[in-house]
Amino acid sequence: MKFTWFHLMPWPHMPDDFREKHRSVWVDLPNRMYEPELGHIAYHQYLDQLEYAETVGFDGIGVNEHHANAYGLMPSPNIMAATLTRRTSKAALVVLGNSIALYNPPLRVAEEMAMLDVLSGGRLVAGFPVGTSMDTNYAYGTIPALTREKYAEAHDLIRKAWAADEPFAFNGRYTKLRYVNCWPKPIQRPAPPIFIPGGGSVETYDFCLDNTYSYSYLSYSGYLRAKLLMDGYWKRVAERKADESPYRAGFAQVICVADSDAEAERLYWPHVNYFYNRCLHVYPGFADAPGYRTVKTIQTGALSQFTQAAARNYPSMTWKDLVDGRYIVAGSPETVRQQMEELIKTLRVGNIFCLMHVGNMPNDKVRYSTSLFAEKVMPHLRNLWPEWKNHDDRFWMHPMNEPVPLKVAAE
Amino acid sequence: MKSRFLTLKPSGIRIQVVEAGKGRDLLYFHGAGGHMPADPLIAALATKYRVVAPLLPGYGQSTGEDELRDMLDITLHGLDVLEALKLKKPIVVGHSMGGMIAAEMAAIARTEVAKLCLLAPAGLWLDDHPIVDIFSKLPYELPGLLFHDAEAGGRLLASGGDMNDPEFLKQFLVMNARRLGMAGKILFPIPDRGLGQRLRRIAARTLIVWGTEDALIPPVYGHAFKKAISKSKLVKVAKAGHAVGQEKPAAVLKAIREFF
Repeated sequence: MKFTWFHLMPWPHMPDDFREKHRSVWVDLPNRMYEPELGHIAYHQYLDQLEYAETVGFDGIGVNEHHANAYGLMPSPNIMAATLTRRTSKAALVVLGNSIALYNPPLRVAEEMAMLDVLSGGRLVAGFPVGTSMDTNYAYGTIPALTREKYAEAHDLIRKAWAADEPFAFNGRYTKLRYVNCWPKPIQRPAPPIFIPGGGSVETYDFCLDNTYSYSYLSYSGYLRAKLLMDGYWKRVAERKADESPYRAGFAQVICVADSDAEAERLYWPHVNYFYNRCLHVYPGFADAPGYRTVKTIQTGALSQFTQAAARNYPSMTWKDLVDGRYIVAGSPETVRQQMEELIKTLRVGNIFCLMHVGNMPNDKVRYSTSLFAEKVMPHLRNLWPEWKNHDDRFWMHPMNEPVPLKVAAE
Repeated sequence: MKSRFLTLKPSGIRIQVVEAGKGRDLLYFHGAGGHMPADPLIAALATKYRVVAPLLPGYGQSTGEDELRDMLDITLHGLDVLEALKLKKPIVVGHSMGGMIAAEMAAIARTEVAKLCLLAPAGLWLDDHPIVDIFSKLPYELPGLLFHDAEAGGRLLASGGDMNDPEFLKQFLVMNARRLGMAGKILFPIPDRGLGQRLRRIAARTLIVWGTEDALIPPVYGHAFKKAISKSKLVKVAKAGHAVGQEKPAAVLKAIREFF
């Protein structure tokens, strides 16, 4: 198992009456709410937490990209990852990821990720999300119905730019470059491992299988509701006759650990409540621009989407609802261990993106929960995929100082 | 009203064409919402004209939307439709997005479009009068945006379906994604693809019609269009919103009859 300590970097100072006063945490929330001096403190505290996660033994530390919101304050995750290259030395830097359809030219992503890979000595795990509709369409103005075509073209350009040893011309529909010449290029050849955040479309399943990318489901509604989607993925894996390495898949999970179940509720409920009721308070009109999802995806998923929306009546949900419904995995180390084991096995995932800073959780609680997970939970979950020797070379980083793999040495 | 299919030779795109009435040819391009059920404007125009109303790919049973990506693609598609329909010097009428397309056609093929009627057309952007973002609106907000009388407008928009019926809801979502997904190619995020620079090329006699209560594209845009198109007249229709033709079909018919 690979555990990545993932930070969303939310704005932790939204007022108690946030839901009543504002229709959305994303897109049109006035940025007068953002106070740069408090932002300075938050950024450094958040980066300290990511660095701390490495010291207690997490395999990876993760950042991502969002725009125009108080949910996650990283318009450029690459800047955050760049600071981490200097202060960490072992953990994979999981940038999940760059919304590649938004960069002009997308070669910028190839260049910046190559910089990160070189700076970190080959520790980059690259993510290529399409991006949420709030980010990609409303905040960054990409035409919804052309987003996926633009994404696919950007992907081709980036992969070619990383692989090439000489300049080449790229005549795309959206990007035309006479000289593509990626200096620097990444340490990991031909490319860093790539994770794709997906939301249940068959096209994305196939995209991952075609390219040997890991499919990452970043959901906040927990593993019980994710089962249907992940079953669809594994069904597709079987149909395509690909191997069933659990490292082909990953899942994001809010996790809160304390001495006891009761202590977890006492410590973490205000912050979990903040997360579900303020950070996720998105105006429905911004959630899914017409044309953003393909007709095929809507046809297969429209109903389950609405079923989920009905189930997600967050304002009325209590700690018990969230815990019993497994939206969050929270409690004593033993409780968390049991539930995480169930999650990992039922979804068949080799990557867990651990969300341990939740909402407006203060630094001491973040570290407490993180250290308990690292000491008392993680060691018991390490060996859940023994038949895969708990590692799959195709889906994890290859740092420059790592021992030469046996297979290559034998050759 | 009857419906037929037409395959365009240059592109191979297959479109649905609604036809009604007898008389001089009138070509009607719909707005981003497509045709309304039993569209009151088409019905009114059909009392005096032979109305030919093609559906843009992505709308109704017209297909081929993946091949149309930008303003030029869609303008040339409009000209392909005009040619394929073999109409006799038609009055080319376009509402909102359809007006934007019709104006582009008239600017590019300035000798082929001689009579142009723009009903609250999209295509311009005035910084002091921003146009509402229709893409982020929820279905229940639309009647108030499109009609002066929101209640009557809401009844016009509803096609007899029940949003609580999961099957109808799914169909509605697919339809909405197709239609507004297509419209977004020229309207998202700002409905301006440079038409302002090309309006001066329009040689057609042009009638511009605007509802005085248009809450989506305010009437001030009517003056901007009039100023930019040389042989044009602006007619304002009282107590009408953005769907001026559907809300006041008789007044719009009268304006067209008087001008052409």
